[in-house]
Amino acid sequence: MAQQLLQAFQTPQPGQSPADGRRRQTLRCGLSFVLLSALLAVLFVWNVNSGSVNLTVHEIFRILTRRGGDETAVNIIWQIRLPRILAAVILGGALSVSGFLLQTFFHNPIAGPFVLGISSGAKLVVALSMIFLLGRGITAGSAVMVLSAFFGSMISMGFVLAVSRKVRQMSMLVICGVMISYICSAVTDFVVTFADDSNIVNLHNWSLGSFSGTTWSNVGVMTVIVFSAVLLTFLLSKPIGAYQLGEDYARNLGVNVRVFRVCLILLSSVLSACVTAFAGPVSFVGIAVPHLVKNLWKTSKPIVVVPACFLGGAVFCLFCDLIARTVFAPTELSISSVTAVFGAPVVIFIMIRRKKTA
Amino acid sequence: MNSMAKEFFFYTEEMTVGYDGKPLIRDIRIELDRGEILTLIGPNGAGKSTILKSVTRQLKLIGGCVYLDGRQMQQMTGREIARRQAVVLTERIRPELMTCEDVVATGRYPYTGSLGILGREDRVKVRAALQTVHAADLAERDFNAVSDGQRQRILLARAICQEPELIVLDEPTSFLDVKHKLEFLQILKQMVRERHVAVIMSLHELDLAQKISDRLFCVKGGHIDRHGTPEEIFTSDYICGLYDLPVGAWNAAFGCVELPAVRRRPEVFVIAGNGSGIPVYRRLQREGIPFVTGVLQENDVDYPAARDLAAEVVAERAFEPIGEEAYALALSKMRQCRRVLCPLQTFGAMNRRNEELLREAGRAGILVKVSPGRKYMHEQAGGG
Repeated sequence: MAQQLLQAFQTPQPGQSPADGRRRQTLRCGLSFVLLSALLAVLFVWNVNSGSVNLTVHEIFRILTRRGGDETAVNIIWQIRLPRILAAVILGGALSVSGFLLQTFFHNPIAGPFVLGISSGAKLVVALSMIFLLGRGITAGSAVMVLSAFFGSMISMGFVLAVSRKVRQMSMLVICGVMISYICSAVTDFVVTFADDSNIVNLHNWSLGSFSGTTWSNVGVMTVIVFSAVLLTFLLSKPIGAYQLGEDYARNLGVNVRVFRVCLILLSSVLSACVTAFAGPVSFVGIAVPHLVKNLWKTSKPIVVVPACFLGGAVFCLFCDLIARTVFAPTELSISSVTAVFGAPVVIFIMIRRKKTA
Repeated sequence: MNSMAKEFFFYTEEMTVGYDGKPLIRDIRIELDRGEILTLIGPNGAGKSTILKSVTRQLKLIGGCVYLDGRQMQQMTGREIARRQAVVLTERIRPELMTCEDVVATGRYPYTGSLGILGREDRVKVRAALQTVHAADLAERDFNAVSDGQRQRILLARAICQEPELIVLDEPTSFLDVKHKLEFLQILKQMVRERHVAVIMSLHELDLAQKISDRLFCVKGGHIDRHGTPEEIFTSDYICGLYDLPVGAWNAAFGCVELPAVRRRPEVFVIAGNGSGIPVYRRLQREGIPFVTGVLQENDVDYPAARDLAAEVVAERAFEPIGEEAYALALSKMRQCRRVLCPLQTFGAMNRRNEELLREAGRAGILVKVSPGRKYMHEQAGGG
């Protein structure tokens, strides 16, 4: 049995029968899901347990199952840690699925909402609308945040699409995205600096990216948005698979390419907008996670990769948030700095390897 | 419109194709039956790919209609077309982490359910398609790691397992070496014969197009120059005109290109026949030596090559022994040459006079031995 499990992760031998190969693939796929789920569970418990107030696992279990416990502890866990953990899980998953969609769309493994400037566009519009509303004494609700983030995403996306029509070279597209991202960040900083409001501190923290301060109502909104978008993405698995061979083959197979492309853009924008609205821009998750996931599962079949990306993104962000929270406690790091530390090397690795094979 | 056209399995009616609404080629009329191969030939940039892309709906038609099995393709759904028409395209695809089997399996797309999961029957068909193209052993290999020849076969298998009635291929043999070109076209021909599929493709290799096609379409400078059977199209004059080649550059009998003949006053006389002359002609042409050859009957296998490569040919009518007139002409030509080559070894009743020519040359001391390893020019310098 142990040997069989090991075999699942080895490269297939040329002489094996097709059924053998398929069985091995199925085994590998199942094992990878089990592995990541276990990792998610461990990180979940670890996250619940770490912070300024230390609790035993037994206590945590009692609190989670609502069987009493210290009132402060209950509050900390239920009002602070749990919503934050759920936000990391849901938004992390959303980011990597969004990245996967963009990579499919552009046929480019280093496309993602952050490098293409889509997150920054969302950030800019969210900052503008927050300042506008705060100036009139209104606190921006979840819906306004998400809508303005979506609006901003679409504006950036519009730019990127316009450029991608002109230049065929993928590296140029990414450079263009990075430039858009800088411009948006510069404008955001400018606006934030000159906005006169006590809430500016919040705004500033948010614009760096963090899962902190998530409320249960936030979690509710993001759950609805992210789960419906990911479900729709999963239902698009079949055309996504056909599209991986290129637009022309997809069209020949009966995919309505125009409609399909619009779907990809809308879904990836909704997902990344949702993340930006609640946690600010989070870097590199969208590129690193789909890449790692495809290599762990050894497949690019969307029917596997879409759920796997969600799971992988959740684990990745939960892990990064744990580090952001605990390493320099009580000072918190911005989530983006941590994801960059782990994500950027993956991106560099992809680029080097592509250079070699191309 | 005429009712005859309706009997074809695939046909176009006044099809006008082009990019961005600008017509490039107007009023194209392609007619094709099942079990037939139609090949588009013509110079680069003539619009072969544009026609193919319009047929596969990658480009919008600017005018006219395309009919498949008696129905307008514009009115068919994407899925319906996908079940009837498969493509093999020129653009290189680099799918990530897909085995050859995965690539082939994408051909089952129009037959699978809404999540695209392959059933048992689909898997059997994928396997069968791989076997058809002799690539069963590649199934588990990464698609990006196989050779060009294997890649084209896999893409053909992908098209096969789509179970089409029409396959459209855009320059499918362009990157392949000669063995793989042949292998690819053989498989295609077998498909056409066994499954009665109709094929439309573009080819750059005229020799292959001549041999595999049932119908040809010649595209040149924004119009259909001519269409017909290989016998009608592949004449030396027409092919040279189609590609703007100098006269004689395309040899219709052998289906191959010849470099232009050296047309100066002949320096060498070649006594040839029965195929012995062709390598000598090519060599003299390469070395830039103008030559005259004879005496060849017009049905001699050397004759077409001689006509393309020699400055002059002394010929006799087909099936006739070499007559007095031809012999006299050959002898006078030979005497004007500085050297005589005689690759011909055997003499019989029909070419007895060539033996006399050889004897004359020996007597005049201008006969040079043919040795394939050395340059004739050197012989000449050494001998003179």
